[in-house]
Amino acid sequence: MKVEGLGIQEQRILYSRGWQERLFNLFRSWEVVLTIIFFVVMAVGASLSPFFLDWGNLLETTFNFTEKAIIALPMMFIILCGDIDVSVGSIVALASLAMGAAAQAQMPTPVLVVVGLMVGLAAGMLNGFLITRFGIPAIAVTIGTQSLFRGISQAVLGDQAYTQYPADFAYLGQGYFPGTHVPFQLVLFLVLATGTGILLHRTTFGRKVYAIGRNPVASRFSGVPVDTIRFLIFSWAGLFSGLAAILLTSRIGSTRPNIAMGFELDAITSVVLGGVAITGGFGGIYGVVLANFLLGYLKFAMGLINIPGRVMNFVTGALLILSVIIGETFKRLRKGR
Amino acid sequence: MGNWIQRREVTLTIIIFLFIGLVSLRAPGFALPSNMYDVLNDTAVLMLAATAQFLVLLTGGIDLSIPSIMALTGMSLAMLNMKVPLLPIPVVVALAILVGLIQGGLNGLFVGVFRIPSIITTLGTMAMYRALVFLLSGGQWVSAHEMSESFKNIPHTPFLGISGILWYTAIVVCLVGIFLTYSRWGRFVYAVGGNRTAARLVGISGSKVDGLVFLLSGAISGLAGLLYVTRYAAAQTDSALGYELQAVAACVIGGVSVSGGSGTILGVVLGAFFLGLLYNALTVVNLSPFYQMALQGFAILVAIVANTVVNQKNQKTMLAKRKLI
Repeated sequence: MKVEGLGIQEQRILYSRGWQERLFNLFRSWEVVLTIIFFVVMAVGASLSPFFLDWGNLLETTFNFTEKAIIALPMMFIILCGDIDVSVGSIVALASLAMGAAAQAQMPTPVLVVVGLMVGLAAGMLNGFLITRFGIPAIAVTIGTQSLFRGISQAVLGDQAYTQYPADFAYLGQGYFPGTHVPFQLVLFLVLATGTGILLHRTTFGRKVYAIGRNPVASRFSGVPVDTIRFLIFSWAGLFSGLAAILLTSRIGSTRPNIAMGFELDAITSVVLGGVAITGGFGGIYGVVLANFLLGYLKFAMGLINIPGRVMNFVTGALLILSVIIGETFKRLRKGR
Repeated sequence: MGNWIQRREVTLTIIIFLFIGLVSLRAPGFALPSNMYDVLNDTAVLMLAATAQFLVLLTGGIDLSIPSIMALTGMSLAMLNMKVPLLPIPVVVALAILVGLIQGGLNGLFVGVFRIPSIITTLGTMAMYRALVFLLSGGQWVSAHEMSESFKNIPHTPFLGISGILWYTAIVVCLVGIFLTYSRWGRFVYAVGGNRTAARLVGISGSKVDGLVFLLSGAISGLAGLLYVTRYAAAQTDSALGYELQAVAACVIGGVSVSGGSGTILGVVLGAFFLGLLYNALTVVNLSPFYQMALQGFAILVAIVANTVVNQKNQKTMLAKRKLI
């Protein structure tokens, strides 16, 4: 029996009686399952190596995934809208290239930061413009720009690299929050994630994004400026890719044409693993943030037992596909009620 | 009468001739038949990869795992060749197609049965197959001196004066063309790509068509992988990296719509040939080969914008015609 016009949440409250049913409903929430998986990964990691469950190590490891996690935030909005962006890794390469060139010209750190952000933003705006102005599917446009952006850095750098960065530039990607052992990157990510969560769950902008994901045509007819919002989100993805480029370049201290290769796989995987429906319209910030830590610590654990990076990619790819299968099954379970 | 001039195959042929003429001004040897034959030989693997991509694009999907299938197939066949050097060539070719078919089948299973969008599936399997190449080879190369002569000669053995690699490519291209134009399932591919809902209403299963195109794409990629490895006489973990982008580029330049349902095999072959000419011309006019990727990205963007604008214009004229009736 069903009451028409009620959301899933309301129906669940209305019809959940007794603790068994409440427990059953709890497990149907992806976030809860994800939290359990997270603790399982931590437990397995701790049993594999005595160096895993160590505060210093756990904090230090975040250096390896906060850059991708920052890109995952706008990627979540893109996927919520039913789009996809496979050019983010190439935007990182382009922004890093621009910063390298600026550093070569003896520019100080603040200028480098501005250059990185602006180049990223411009690249994202180009994506957004081509997608919304001509009505081309996002996958096609971003495949083209993926090739173009990385191609530009390849054309400029060839087999060379930029390695001359000012000394104080290193703080951004290698430094710690003053007086603690918490990486500056991690603090930055948590602040940005909080802001993103508020934007998604507490503003009309967020509600509009969900509306676009569920039904773009109906949203347009209801007065939601669909293309403007999609343009803004793709520009934002460019801006945050530029930010990730700043942190990554600062951390590794060099720019090569193959920098951030394959970042899109990790960013998309963490979003989908975080419970965002690949068809758009469903998912929340908590799952995505958790999925980033889950993926990061899973890789840390694999690294501790000497699994090479390419094989880790196998796990990432398998997780991507598995999480979509499980996500779809969840959706079917909910509908079946 | 005025209709055929608007066809992408015709405009692209004209552009190709103009391009050859332009480059010939700089380097007179460029247009020689011997150079054109070399370009064709260089482009054959890309034509196969583009044909594989074309089948998937027609349904409105995308296959990012093509280069990984090529690498995994090439590596497994090269390692098999190390163990069993005297395996007859037809068996080697059949095995390559089979290995590709299995990987394509896995893609097809995820897309067709589990209904996972093709972009997600192939992004995942792209990483997985590539990791398997690494696991299989332990990160080692199989280099020229470890391969048997007959294995290395697969793409070079001439028949009627034309190299083997071109024969394989021509046969695959013709078979795919016949399949798409004259067979029931070939028409289904266009129907599903054109309008999935309408296709379902007339009884065409979108899932089965998805599964079928991924099987075919995998099989063709498998053959392409064998030819890639034998032609360059080296199998490595990074074989064919980036071919998914080149394949998409060839397709969209050839007028294939990325939203599915339109495009011809002739356009794809011409698109791949044009890209081959472009790469060849880079060295001829003394531009660094590092420009290749940027040019290719630019070509993709120009082509998809042109395709979209042309499509929208066509739809408008079609609507206008309907009103007249």
